[in-house]
Amino acid sequence: MADLSVTFCGVKFKNPLVLASGILGITASSWRNVVKNGAGGITTKSLWLEEHRGHPNPVIIANEHYMLNAVGVPDAGVQKAQEECGKYLAWKSSPLIANIIAGRVQDFGKTAEEIAKIKPHIIEVNISCPNVEDEFGKPFACSVGDAAAVTREVKKRVGNIPVVIKLSPNVENIVAIARSVADAGADGVNVMNTIGPGMSINIDTRTPVLANKVGGLSGPALKPLAVKYIADIRRALPKLPIIGTGGVLTGEDAIEMMMVGATLVGVGTGVYYRGPQVFKKITDEMQAWCKKENVKRVRDLIGVFHNGNGRRFEP
Amino acid sequence: MDFPLVVKIKKIKQETPQTKSFVFEYPKRAKPGQFVNIWLPGVNERPMSISFDDGKNYTLAIAAAGESTRQMHALRVEDKIGIRGPYGTHYQWKDGQRIAMLPGGYGAGPTYWMATLATKCKIDFFLGARDKSLLLFADKIKKLKNVRFLPSTNDGSAGVKGFNVECWMQEMERGVKYDSVITIGPELMMYAVSKQCAKRKVPCQLSIERYMKCAFGICGNCCVDDLGITMCQQGPVVDNTLAGKIAEFGQYHRDDVGRKKEF
Repeated sequence: MADLSVTFCGVKFKNPLVLASGILGITASSWRNVVKNGAGGITTKSLWLEEHRGHPNPVIIANEHYMLNAVGVPDAGVQKAQEECGKYLAWKSSPLIANIIAGRVQDFGKTAEEIAKIKPHIIEVNISCPNVEDEFGKPFACSVGDAAAVTREVKKRVGNIPVVIKLSPNVENIVAIARSVADAGADGVNVMNTIGPGMSINIDTRTPVLANKVGGLSGPALKPLAVKYIADIRRALPKLPIIGTGGVLTGEDAIEMMMVGATLVGVGTGVYYRGPQVFKKITDEMQAWCKKENVKRVRDLIGVFHNGNGRRFEP
Repeated sequence: MDFPLVVKIKKIKQETPQTKSFVFEYPKRAKPGQFVNIWLPGVNERPMSISFDDGKNYTLAIAAAGESTRQMHALRVEDKIGIRGPYGTHYQWKDGQRIAMLPGGYGAGPTYWMATLATKCKIDFFLGARDKSLLLFADKIKKLKNVRFLPSTNDGSAGVKGFNVECWMQEMERGVKYDSVITIGPELMMYAVSKQCAKRKVPCQLSIERYMKCAFGICGNCCVDDLGITMCQQGPVVDNTLAGKIAEFGQYHRDDVGRKKEF
């Protein structure tokens, strides 16, 4: 058996798979069940300081090609977060990544400060949700200045808890955004949130299916985009730890993400395509590949694409 | 394919003063206890238990309770609605079983449907309601040959005066032994049935409903404490052994932002 463990921002994970934010992410019991199903760590659904209502239903639709969601980031606020995160942490299960969100820069700081009191292993900052634009305008992840401002605000309020910024693929130059948050003190980045927003029309009723009309697009077709972005960021910022998220369904997908530079691999829509046992399925496939390739430690694969052990990246 | 399929309503029937049934053709077959998500464009989408599947058409019995169900009651024949599913687990039975059915409210639909399929079972049907006019599907249920119809009403206007759970317990006091108990309806009613069944070691299946958004195991809104399993996929129908491990059963549920709400 290969050693699947990795260390990300100083936190040890038994395997590189983390539940992506927004999926099965509302309660401690749900997170524990995800770990039971094989995940190396979990990310909460985005946490707000105060209660935030999501969009009316329908909020998620999916088919064999893609998923489109505009759940609208519902959450009951920081008190519920404290209860659920506290319960989860008391079980001493796998690492907890608390994902936070806010509408204004200073509110990111306040939310981060409250969430830091819970002592999650890592704080991930959602500055890239594409389905609340009506409410908050263009995501902070679309501007070098805004992304850095949020990062600085969060970093100064959370002590030594590592901070990961979740980036948006819907930008001209993702490397510039990654560099701006790294310069502002981010300990890592998550590449990437959903793309779009996109829209789906029901032709019989001649209306958009999602109540919010538009929503973030995810699914297996996103993987090549995530792989390219991770490779670009790793090449420009080789020391910045990366959570690779986007269209990962199989062990081969996860290894591909790691080879271009991801230390952790987020799995979200994969739960839809392969069921709640997707984590165990992926780690089994990673083990099978490692055996075939005689790889003893999966962490040795991180970023090999960029050095002599892998094929050189020369676009 | 978890997109709504748009169908036209073929038939609407006023079943009780509160409840209408809606009939439409649908290509996928379902089993008693499963649900669909029904979409009213521009209004809402919500899960609804399937009352009947005749092999070609679904019937949904819907009580006007809140805003979205009132909007559904305003629908007319030929109106378009979106349907996705069927989703979730279903009730199970074996030929030859003696079964007690304890539906509350709309639960009369799926239990009646199951009774039409479980023709080789002997079924005591404890239909309960506040008064006679609210006994949903009573005429259809009492016509079934495999069914002993045992209605009860809170005001005594039909059948025994009182609750159906009491009627069922009286039958057991009289020595009737059941191989299986099927209950679906208000959670506190099912909770009472669950406790009795556990005490008397009678197998029981019940339907645990939670606020659902996606209905396909992604959003996490219907995960139950402390197991963390989704009720849209591993429920709504669960056996009593599993229900006994769901700590929140009969205690609380969660709203659309995930906040606990006590029963």
